[in-house]
Amino acid sequence: MGSSTSLVPKSVTAAINAHGFGYFGCPHTFGQVGYRLKRTEQYIRVKPDNSSVVTDGVKHSMNPFCEIAVEEAVKLKEKKLIKEVVAVSCGPQQVQETIRTALAMGADRGIHVEVTGKDYETLGPLQVSKIMAALAKKEEAQLVILGKQAIDDDCNQTGQMTAALLDWPQGTFASELSLEGDKIKVVREIDGGLETIKINTPAVVTADLRLNTPRYATLPNIMKAKKKKIANVKPADLGVDITSRLEVLRVDEPPQRQAGMKVETVDDLVGKLKEAGMV
Amino acid sequence: RHPLGSCLRGCRGLSQLAELPDTHQLLRQTCRDYADRELNPIAARLDKEHSYPAKQIQELGAMGVMAIEVPEELGGAGMDYLAYSLAMEEISRGCASTGVVVSVNNSLYIGPILKFGSEEQKQQWITPFTTGEKVGCFALSEPGNGSDAGAASTTARQDGDEWVLNGTKAWITNSWDASATVVFATTDKKLKHKGISAFLVPMPHPGLSLGKKEDKLGIKASSTANIILEDCRVPLGNMLGPRGAGFKIAMQTLDSGRIGIAAQALGIAQASLDCAADYAHKRTAFGSPIGKLQAIQFKLADMAVAIESARLLTWKASLLRDAKKPFTKEAAMAKLAASEAATFCSHQAIQVLGGMGYVADMPAERHYRDARITEIYEGTSEIQRLVIAGQLLKEYQS
Repeated sequence: MGSSTSLVPKSVTAAINAHGFGYFGCPHTFGQVGYRLKRTEQYIRVKPDNSSVVTDGVKHSMNPFCEIAVEEAVKLKEKKLIKEVVAVSCGPQQVQETIRTALAMGADRGIHVEVTGKDYETLGPLQVSKIMAALAKKEEAQLVILGKQAIDDDCNQTGQMTAALLDWPQGTFASELSLEGDKIKVVREIDGGLETIKINTPAVVTADLRLNTPRYATLPNIMKAKKKKIANVKPADLGVDITSRLEVLRVDEPPQRQAGMKVETVDDLVGKLKEAGMV
Repeated sequence: RHPLGSCLRGCRGLSQLAELPDTHQLLRQTCRDYADRELNPIAARLDKEHSYPAKQIQELGAMGVMAIEVPEELGGAGMDYLAYSLAMEEISRGCASTGVVVSVNNSLYIGPILKFGSEEQKQQWITPFTTGEKVGCFALSEPGNGSDAGAASTTARQDGDEWVLNGTKAWITNSWDASATVVFATTDKKLKHKGISAFLVPMPHPGLSLGKKEDKLGIKASSTANIILEDCRVPLGNMLGPRGAGFKIAMQTLDSGRIGIAAQALGIAQASLDCAADYAHKRTAFGSPIGKLQAIQFKLADMAVAIESARLLTWKASLLRDAKKPFTKEAAMAKLAASEAATFCSHQAIQVLGGMGYVADMPAERHYRDARITEIYEGTSEIQRLVIAGQLLKEYQS
């Protein structure tokens, strides 16, 4: 009720890209991926043929930045600033589990874009962006919120490409989001600090770490999620060609961490760095 | 019409033992995520400082975990006992103390009120206790009787429009943090267990005082103390269920509570296995990780079998209860198996860790201390055996 609702178009939908699974337990990662290590750590191994990482039997879950995106959309809906939240994920049957998690957090319905087998292995940001753009048009979405990047490939491209394909404005690395009339104010985390921009709707926004703290699904909402609908579509149905234009030549593990050495003085330090050809 | 078809329909409960329904898988994952992120990192500190996890209990309340079986109209999550077992195991895997707080609130406090309370009592005594802001407790045991619940010596006499309670209750979990209690007292000692009735008493309350907090071996973050009643007066409407039904209410409540404690024990056992298996990968001796040694492998295998068997018993008891079928025997079996699995697994985990298992740097020693009580409270292992044998002999009689 009141001015905040009347200023926003009634037919607003937010689509979230829940694509991009986070693998738990990359052996050489720290910080925000490190904390997500489960108690039963699963180590990521490169396949013997160096073609990719082993995914069989590795626990998958929603990409953390996508979780933040879902949370933001649900919050907007709770503030009655948007009408409906649609969660989208591209991949094999298992992604339905991830969509259900989004539904349990408060999304209204889901769309599962079926991509399996070899197609799924080569599915990258360009293909996903084409799919997202097609869906955004089909669903007449006013706002597309995605995680800024997936923690398995760290591409950080899908949001930007989606906006470009749609010719929509984009607010990436959002740490704050507010709707002001028919515009969106986005505070972006950039190298120099924080940048505040105002963009027209419809728009694409990508979520950064500090945008919010995602909620745990409540048990009643987990029950309600059972009744929410997940539609199945194929990329072909959307007129999207998902052939990859990239060929992965090789995947290698990062080099083993070497022991460091201690030096006595700053001069020694500079000397050692010069020896190693680093300065 | 096909006989196999109708058999399979009846087996829906059994197939759930093999693979949980989607909702329950999501619930389990949600609780696991919560336990990993919010409980596991603080469990050691809670244990060391004996501090009640008030913030976490509120967060669990907001998720609906403090009142899983309570219908939504009363403020609960409206789920079943299978969901409760799953939630309890995951929460306890993160922190066993938090687990027992959740279990007592769900099974022992809300449980009997949900089953035996009037609509008015449910609104007054359940709804405020679903959010995690208030928790309840269950006062049955006394200094003079634990297993011998029928020998309760706490008395209740009617004085006008009030009941006056006198006596001492012992070993009451949540006592120092609770806002209400279900108390069992006798109105007529001559009737022995048939003279016992259940009463609802708010906390704090004139005439009700708490003894000192017990300094326990484990589950230190949950408070355990005596509740002392000295001319404690409550309105007549505070009787729960019919007069003289107290013993029956207590026994039926404990039947269900057993499933919660079985799940708590499973969580402790699983945490011990996690700890031991992880260590077995990393610790090297004689040139290889110790997980390559058969002695360690046999231990891990035995631990895993003990846990999985107890888990299936716990799920079966839950499914039977959810299907409104008799579950007394299965619940007792589950509690017995799970608590013995917890003590076994935590013992073996320390053995696998060696010296590291004996110090607070690793959680194994806390699991060992937390596990021990599961064989004692809510019916000792000896009582469980009596319950199981009793049910069994009845089956063979007919």
